Amino acid sequence: MPEPILQLLLIPLIKIVVLLVVVLLIVAYLTYAERKILAYMQVRLGPNRVGPKGWLQPVADGLKLFVKEDLVPGGAEKLVFMIAPAIVMVPALVMFAVIPFGEPFQIAGMTVTPYLADINIALLFILGVSSLGVFGIILGGWSSNNKFSLMGGLRSAAQMVSYEIPMGFAVASAVLMAGTLSMVGIVEAQRAAHIWFFLPGILGFGIYWVCGVAETNRNPFDLPEAEAELVAGFHTEYSGMKFALFYLAEYANMMIVSAMAVVLFCGGWLPPFPNLLAGLWALPVLAWIPGAFWFLAKMSFFLFCYIWFRGTFPRYRFDQLMNVGWKWLFPLSLANVMLVALGVLLLKG
Amino acid sequence: MEHYVPILVYTLVAISFPIVALSMAKVIRAGAPDPVKAEPYECGVKTPTVAFDTRFSIRYYLIAVLFVIFDVETIFLFPWAVSFDRLALFGFIEMMVFLAILLVGYIYAWRRGALEWA
Repeated sequence: MPEPILQLLLIPLIKIVVLLVVVLLIVAYLTYAERKILAYMQVRLGPNRVGPKGWLQPVADGLKLFVKEDLVPGGAEKLVFMIAPAIVMVPALVMFAVIPFGEPFQIAGMTVTPYLADINIALLFILGVSSLGVFGIILGGWSSNNKFSLMGGLRSAAQMVSYEIPMGFAVASAVLMAGTLSMVGIVEAQRAAHIWFFLPGILGFGIYWVCGVAETNRNPFDLPEAEAELVAGFHTEYSGMKFALFYLAEYANMMIVSAMAVVLFCGGWLPPFPNLLAGLWALPVLAWIPGAFWFLAKMSFFLFCYIWFRGTFPRYRFDQLMNVGWKWLFPLSLANVMLVALGVLLLKG
Repeated sequence: MEHYVPILVYTLVAISFPIVALSMAKVIRAGAPDPVKAEPYECGVKTPTVAFDTRFSIRYYLIAVLFVIFDVETIFLFPWAVSFDRLALFGFIEMMVFLAILLVGYIYAWRRGALEWA
């Protein structure tokens, strides 16, 4: 086969398939990990019936959701009700296109990049696409024609837009340090600087992470779903595969927020302690560890934090949530951008 | 531009994912329609409420307006952050002036109670 066709057609197609399979597999086993970790935190066993130690639980869940009856409320706006889960799911998947999972490697004389595309506006792409998910949530909440869903959808929209602003500022502080919007470029800037951005940008990192948890509607910011008051909020009326799409999207979004935290502040695919242990990572035994391993290890840590928060934090009240977002995180993130800009100016200029 | 072709293809695949999943489920899922199942979820209320008529707090609207103002600001920050190396001191002062003006608006909104939820 001629080289260009291979390069332009076959390799991207293989990458798309691998990417989708890997993402959906991680999402499926993230739900299992969450139930298992939460169970151990609460001195329970968690799922342990399907397969050894419950390993096949995600498969069983998937099958169940596939064959489950699909209930549509009589008063619902049928078309919008059906499209809403897809509007949430598609952006969650699309964002993975620009996440760099590792550094380019050689295979059969060709250089293969373990990411779909390295575009110079990758961060804008992610911020833009991530904002689309809120449409699906508010449309799903509204079209259900159920007051709980409507409240959940509205709360979710208000929360997501409120926390998007400090998140944007925090991301901008990382861009200031890196000087590029390309995800690969940001990791390379951290390699060149011999320091991960979470150290000089510790405040921005903290703000980013709090906002990231809030953006995905997870504890302690899971008011839109608040089981006790809103009976699952915007997806009260959803069942079967439509519910599964909301569910998968939530976990895919958690992955995206964690992956962004890794790329922006924690050195992407670079091995830990670039200064102290540089000699250690150069050892032949350890040098073959692929960058993707470090990336996934760091991402897993953040995903674990998500589950950890759910196991330990009580839920905010809605007015507290808005106060934290607008009166604390917003001015803090604004001050952070100014400070980081001043720091960059003094160090580089 | 050739970087965007894989993204476009991937987006199409991502769009087809929910379509395929929902159509497959449509073929194999159980179905026993019942008028009771079509009622909205309620906690023991006999006559279901209609959510389309529900009024909700004006504050959601206020939050939306504030969001538009400040989100445009974040978008403006990105090109500035990328070219900050070249803009140096001039760019820094320019942006501080811009942020100071927005800060005045933010303080005004706070003082007028736009950020209070209770």
